[in-house]
Amino acid sequence: MRFLFKTHYEQDLELFKHGGQKFWYGLLLLALAAAPMVFPEYFISQLVFVWIYSVVGLGLMLLVGFTGQVSLGHAAFLAMGAYTEAYLQQRGWPFLFSLASAAVVAGLTGIVVGLPALRVKGIYLSIATLAFGFIVEEAVTRADGITGGNSGITLGSLEIFGLPINSETRFYYVSLFILILCVLGVMNLMRSPTGRAFVAIRDSEISAQSMGIHLARYKTIAFALSAALTGIAGALYAHKLRFISPEQFTILQSIELLIMIVIGGLGSIYGAIFGAAFWILAQQLIVTAKDWLPPAIGQQTGLQPTIFGIFLVAVVLFEPLGIYGMWLKMRTFLEIFPFYRKGMFRRQKSYMKSERLK
Amino acid sequence: MTAPLLQAQNVSIQFGGVKAVNGVSFEVWPHEVFSMIGPNGAGKTTIFNIISSLYKPSAGRVIFEGEAISHLGAYEIARLGIARTFQNIELFEHATVLQNLLVGRHCQRHSSWWQDLLFTPRVRRTELQFRRHAEEVIEFLDLQHYRDSMVINLPYGVRKVVELGRALAMRPKLLLLDEPSSGLNVEETEEMGFWIDDIKNDLGITVIMVEHDMGLVSRVSDRVLALNQGEVLTLGTAAEVQAHPGVIEAYLGGADD
Repeated sequence: MRFLFKTHYEQDLELFKHGGQKFWYGLLLLALAAAPMVFPEYFISQLVFVWIYSVVGLGLMLLVGFTGQVSLGHAAFLAMGAYTEAYLQQRGWPFLFSLASAAVVAGLTGIVVGLPALRVKGIYLSIATLAFGFIVEEAVTRADGITGGNSGITLGSLEIFGLPINSETRFYYVSLFILILCVLGVMNLMRSPTGRAFVAIRDSEISAQSMGIHLARYKTIAFALSAALTGIAGALYAHKLRFISPEQFTILQSIELLIMIVIGGLGSIYGAIFGAAFWILAQQLIVTAKDWLPPAIGQQTGLQPTIFGIFLVAVVLFEPLGIYGMWLKMRTFLEIFPFYRKGMFRRQKSYMKSERLK
Repeated sequence: MTAPLLQAQNVSIQFGGVKAVNGVSFEVWPHEVFSMIGPNGAGKTTIFNIISSLYKPSAGRVIFEGEAISHLGAYEIARLGIARTFQNIELFEHATVLQNLLVGRHCQRHSSWWQDLLFTPRVRRTELQFRRHAEEVIEFLDLQHYRDSMVINLPYGVRKVVELGRALAMRPKLLLLDEPSSGLNVEETEEMGFWIDDIKNDLGITVIMVEHDMGLVSRVSDRVLALNQGEVLTLGTAAEVQAHPGVIEAYLGGADD
């Protein structure tokens, strides 16, 4: 077990709390950098999906996990990013600018969607974002001058500073690099006043206000940043698939994204990444399992949503912190072996908030 | 005498047909502990919510340091130097004690979100400064043990102190305490009394307190305001108020009830 001796306040501000963390994360980075040399291309291609979904997960986590505003329309932001990227790339914009524009366009849309968030709360907000998801889906289908309508758009090959990103390996590094930047950004945000304001709004709007936090302003920032991250992921997504059409950005996609971060573990950056990894891995396992299962089960439609649904129920019932929670427990178990007790992480029930202001 | 820190002038608020607060006026002087007592539903917490601008008064106004404040948004009140606690504890439960205290410094931040995103040197400097301010509060309230604990894992009595700490971290001029002793045992209540004394004497903060525990009220308050059904019954020292026939009637009921 590790005891940290803190001698400076700076220590609590560092991204890595101790040398061990630096070592392990360094090792992880090396392993990820070396992965394309070891693993087959198909595996790498799936990892790219993990990185892209991790970026979406981060965006959604910022809004749902940290600020407590549940959105059921995130596929729409993904679409905004993807179509902006496709449109601008066709017009010969360099990737750096088109990616930034994808983030900005999605972010601005996020502000518009965030406006109802200043008025409505909880389930009503979710319904508003749900409606927004439908509107975007419909608009994308209708605006066939820009989006190609139902026949979709095919993207040209990607080039960064003259270097063609023409293999899975190269795109793997591009998306990994962008993911790392996004993770660092969110980590910075969460150790600064803005992140604390988000968490304050999530836990108690009423006292956040009394602490001088401008609710409208911070909810708007949360929506904009969340949408911008999702837009970045959308741009990567478009390049990954090389072809985008409206049916990739449906309401089902929005719900799946939400389930993804809940399974990963709400309220932590790890949760976003674990969720994405689980999501892609589980899809692969289900596809593989289909061949093994008796046809009566394996060939059923809706097998995948059913399995994810069961997982979601299991997480909500048994491990509200999701995969991150399991990881935390396992790590604690190993760190303090053999002193781990059952129920160490159990929390006492919260007090009733009878006279809470609405 | 100096000007009053806070004035309520004929403040009224109506919820539908119910007049929760009806024409209440009082003045709070700098460096005093001003208590509000009254039976349930007397409008004490409602007055707090009006001062914090969570409610807008339907008539009358609240003046802080010579300026009307009722038209301001709730988040702007904190910037003026008014901090408060809540009757049922409104801490940020899934955050550590330290983080809760740091939220109290929110008004003093100078960075914008994009500076936070990049964690610029300026953000780092302010964070360190905030941390020092938060540590002063931790020391003042003896919270060292709980610094890195999640609030949700803390017992009720400690949460109460953390909430007081979070309000103090704002370095307010005026502190509103909504039932600081509710849910606390005898020793904890006594400790709370000492802290309120210290807040007044050492930190020079003016305190308005809503409280039911008359022992605590008489120990710490300079003046007491008794309310019943949204109206002022009487104002005076704790002993005077307790002896007032209207107060006795409000609590125990009149002879003809």
